[in-house]
Amino acid sequence: MTIITAMPPPESPGKAAQIPSGAGLQAVPGPLRFLGRALRTLWSNGKARAGLIVLGLIIVVAVFAPLLAPHSPTATSFTPYSGPTGVNWFGTTGNGQDVFSQLVYGARVSLVVGLGAGAVATFVAVTLGLIAGYRPGIVDEVLGFVTNLALVVPALPLMIILAAYLQGRSVWTIVLVVAFTSWATGARVIRSQTSTLRTREFVTSAVFSGERLVRVVFREILPNMTSLVAASFFSAATAAVLAEASLEFLGLGNPDTVSWGTILYYAQQQNALLTGQWLMVFAPGLAIVLLMVSLTLINFGVDALSNPRLREK
Amino acid sequence: MRYVLRKVVLFVLTLWAAITLNFILPRLMPGSPVDAALGKLASAGVPITNAERNAIEIQLGVPHSGLLTQYLEYLRNIATLRFGTSYSFPSQTVAQTIGKALPWTLILIGATTIVAFIIGTLLGVYAGWHRGRAADSSITIGATFFGAFPPFWLGLLLLYLLAFRYGWFPIKGGFSPGASPNLSLSFLADALRHSVLPALTLVITTMSGWVFGMRNNMINTLGEDFVTFAEANGLRDRTVALRYAARNALLPNVTAFGLSLGAVVGGAVLVEGVFSYPGVGGLLFIAVTNHDFPLMQALLLVFTLSMLVAIFIVDLLYVRLDPRVRT
Repeated sequence: MTIITAMPPPESPGKAAQIPSGAGLQAVPGPLRFLGRALRTLWSNGKARAGLIVLGLIIVVAVFAPLLAPHSPTATSFTPYSGPTGVNWFGTTGNGQDVFSQLVYGARVSLVVGLGAGAVATFVAVTLGLIAGYRPGIVDEVLGFVTNLALVVPALPLMIILAAYLQGRSVWTIVLVVAFTSWATGARVIRSQTSTLRTREFVTSAVFSGERLVRVVFREILPNMTSLVAASFFSAATAAVLAEASLEFLGLGNPDTVSWGTILYYAQQQNALLTGQWLMVFAPGLAIVLLMVSLTLINFGVDALSNPRLREK
Repeated sequence: MRYVLRKVVLFVLTLWAAITLNFILPRLMPGSPVDAALGKLASAGVPITNAERNAIEIQLGVPHSGLLTQYLEYLRNIATLRFGTSYSFPSQTVAQTIGKALPWTLILIGATTIVAFIIGTLLGVYAGWHRGRAADSSITIGATFFGAFPPFWLGLLLLYLLAFRYGWFPIKGGFSPGASPNLSLSFLADALRHSVLPALTLVITTMSGWVFGMRNNMINTLGEDFVTFAEANGLRDRTVALRYAARNALLPNVTAFGLSLGAVVGGAVLVEGVFSYPGVGGLLFIAVTNHDFPLMQALLLVFTLSMLVAIFIVDLLYVRLDPRVRT
């Protein structure tokens, strides 16, 4: 005989009371429903809403770049070093490329690197944080030491040196280098949260009812840290966008990719500021700022989810 | 006392691990930078002695002896500050090059971090106290924007506007060309004028972290019972805000102080590069442009060690600030 409960108990205390689950959503698969619910909760926060709108716009620009860009971003068919004109809205580079089209296409690289490196860094952070937090003693001590070491080594100089050694020069090298250097903060936060959750009653009862270790960690503990995981994703992604631009500005990226960082690199190489082409420096930087601001604003909303005191009244 | 002892042991362990990491890193990397290094040195007109080749090979990880022997030799080289020769500055040792640049960066980063900490923390206290009002939103939104400015980009813009267009500040360097570093009043004034733009860039871009940290700590502390109690006692707002809430909210920010230096160092590398500032960040900029691996490797070590020392000092200061760890 089996006991069927009409509603599964909420996975985390307070969640069920906060978000009324619509009956029409029952047909949607679990992960999607979860994502929708998270988005709706974020949307209710004013700052996060602004962030989501800006991020959405940047994603639209990246996806529809071929439709939005008036010219090819790599074609060298225009007069070099030209200021803004009716044809080249933001002027041209020293190689005769259209800066505005480069700006539109550049959104793709920044998004891929930011979100990709953010995802990889978060994966590492969650894995190490969960293991360290759930296995106190020698495992925790060693992982804690490694995490602290990674926090102490200044990230950007390390990234610069790694990128200088690995002359692979693809976008994925940069994703990996950035991910490798920015997981530590997240791992530390998740470790401490795991170790406080480990001794709670619902985890103890799950262990005593014979749940497997993997299930306890991923089904009982992890869902209670969704906002922490999301926060570490967005902050790693923000750091990644900046890091990618910095590495490319230094000429450590692939100089043939069209990205906001490489526009700045060429602008600096060609002394764009001194020749009066300040838009070539101003516009890509502003695009980077907007992307980073949108990610930070979303993170404010995530923070408010995990800390009721930070919620807007 | 146990706290201090633990911190000392951790410091020594991390120091060793960081030095070892610096040894392992180039050995994990594909390709041989040694030949490139020697080629560059030769083209710079440096006679390549066997000792020179040896130092570079050991530093960059050429397996000409057992790993353990190499490691011991590497440790001995570090203890005697022998980092090989950089090909960007072939006439002096790496240790001399870095030694000359280090004070510039220490003063620049030290001063900007303290200024950013003070201004940012005060703004955070103000925003947290007036949470939800116009002052709070404008401080938060402003800090979000300024914090998202890539430091090198803001540096370029300030350089363009204030130095190139209006000529209020010198365009590049740490002092006027022709002057040589000394402690005379006129030189110090000159150096100060040169450091205004890099310092301004760093303060603006690193302040936001302190604003957010302090604002959130304030809001959390304001929810505590002792703050409500103080308010119920009829204490003046200013007393409650500063003496009760801000004092307690400050502690986590102090802990973050050491770690945040990493971000400042990162920003300083590119900012110094943009302004051709004579500090270690500018050196790394030059080293990367010239593929100067001996200099890069030594610089990473210097950055890491400075961070370690800074964090260690903050940890020790923490004993004075938080009586709970003084057991």
